[in-house]
Amino acid sequence: MRLSLARREALWAFAFLLIPLAFFLFIRIWPAFQALWLSLYEWNADPAKRNFVGLEHYQQMLGDQLLRKALTNTLLYTLIGVPAQLVLGLVVALLLNSVERFRDLFRAIYFAPYITPAVAVAWVFSWMLSANFGIVNEILRLLGLPAQPFLQSPQQALLTVTGVIVWQNLGFQVVLFLAGLQNIPREYYEAARIDGADGWALFRHITLPLLNPVIVFSAVIGTIGFLQLFTQVVNLNFTDQGGPLGSTLTLALYIYQQAFSRFELGYAAAITVLLFVIILLITLVQLRLLSRRVEY
Amino acid sequence: MKRLPVVLAYAVLILGGLVMIFPFLWMLLTSLKPFQEIFDLKLFPQSATLDNYRQVLLETQFPRWFFNSLMVAVVTTLSVLFFDSLVGYTLAKLRFPGKGIIFVLILSTLMVPTEMLIIPWYVMSAENGWVNTYWGLLFPGLISAFGVFLLRQFFQTLPGDLLDAGRIDGLNEFGVFWRVAFPLVRPALAALGIFTFLGNWNAFLWPLVIVQTADMRTLPVGVALFSGEAGTAWNLIMAASSLAVLPVLLVFLFFQRQIIEGVVLTGVKG
Repeated sequence: MRLSLARREALWAFAFLLIPLAFFLFIRIWPAFQALWLSLYEWNADPAKRNFVGLEHYQQMLGDQLLRKALTNTLLYTLIGVPAQLVLGLVVALLLNSVERFRDLFRAIYFAPYITPAVAVAWVFSWMLSANFGIVNEILRLLGLPAQPFLQSPQQALLTVTGVIVWQNLGFQVVLFLAGLQNIPREYYEAARIDGADGWALFRHITLPLLNPVIVFSAVIGTIGFLQLFTQVVNLNFTDQGGPLGSTLTLALYIYQQAFSRFELGYAAAITVLLFVIILLITLVQLRLLSRRVEY
Repeated sequence: MKRLPVVLAYAVLILGGLVMIFPFLWMLLTSLKPFQEIFDLKLFPQSATLDNYRQVLLETQFPRWFFNSLMVAVVTTLSVLFFDSLVGYTLAKLRFPGKGIIFVLILSTLMVPTEMLIIPWYVMSAENGWVNTYWGLLFPGLISAFGVFLLRQFFQTLPGDLLDAGRIDGLNEFGVFWRVAFPLVRPALAALGIFTFLGNWNAFLWPLVIVQTADMRTLPVGVALFSGEAGTAWNLIMAASSLAVLPVLLVFLFFQRQIIEGVVLTGVKG
């Protein structure tokens, strides 16, 4: 018996999808539900002792001061870091777009940190920003400015970490924005100029709206990254991770500590559910607020 | 937009460029200083030495960590390129029932943050004896939903006639995919390949969870834990950092154009 052409095509398709679908089901989808289910149990990795506690962990989260700290910090990182890297990225891209020579060289220089291992970047900065022997304080001294405690100070540590991450991410924004700028047809500017528009008006009414899709993409990717901040926080202050006084603690780090230092797997799973909900909500809100279709 | 005075633009770009370059420079310079010199904060080493590198390479398992990272990144990248293009192609070009649901199912996994999966992955690994093994390091990244989405977009632009020509030439469906379609999306594959490789090369959280002995560490985990034990021996820490950073910079030097175009490609299509 010969199979019909459509049947044969469908069979091939399912054969192609067999392994990938198994992967997505067992490695991506099932574990997500498992996390949800684990969050209802008290469990310290000993298979014999797994107690159902219902929603107790979610109640526990309400009164957890350290969790509140981690949550506030994570939102602060995002709220400061994302706009900072968008604005700086846009400024550098506009500057690059306005010069002719060495553009590719500058672009490469700004982009290099983005692909560098975050662990190494964090250690280099923790050396440069060291309060007593850091080169940054030495430079401040030469400029006649007072030395700063940076990562040692509960007031400055979060901003310092944010700065390091913005330094590393900047090139990514620059590359995207520069490509976006170069995609805007010159005729738009020429036409607007004939109509008497100049500098700021051109930027506000042509550049910014036409760059909107790139800005939205960049903002969403940046936000998701900042909400999952972990590597830099761990390595910038390795001996007091999340410190000083919990001032740099993030949700991801708190989850890691609960799960793998204290082996509170159930409670940690509950916090991952919270993180999931936060990321989902913020991303949806962002997509709604930021994306407006522009047609010319 | 009215052109900024060019001199001013260059001045700002150069200043910013210095801020970008200086950390790399300071890392390299510190890595060449003997311990007694590092707290002087002089720019250049008085008696430059490669001894720090010798120590890191010989007295730690650094070469092994390098190999581990390379192994994980290469295998993951090959797997992602093969399976992601296979799935992307199937979703873009073949007709079969349930296609829409399968696509949404795969796409929905993009919403789940890694942190949420790490605890179940760890439990799964503990139950199956995958802790502290290469398979344990590898399995979460073998297929990427983002890559499926990206490649599907590219396969959709291929004309159906081209694939039919392959069928008439007697290729079976896998042959059509592998011989005809796969080579035609090379730019997208290059971009996805580069970012999968870098992502795995730089990955920290999952390797930190799944690795238990020094010999199974990946480069980032090795550098972090080594540096954590090195105390104030910043010369050694910077040598280890340099050894982690330099290969990446070297690759970037050679494939600069492809890498930057890759960012644009994934950013615009993704």
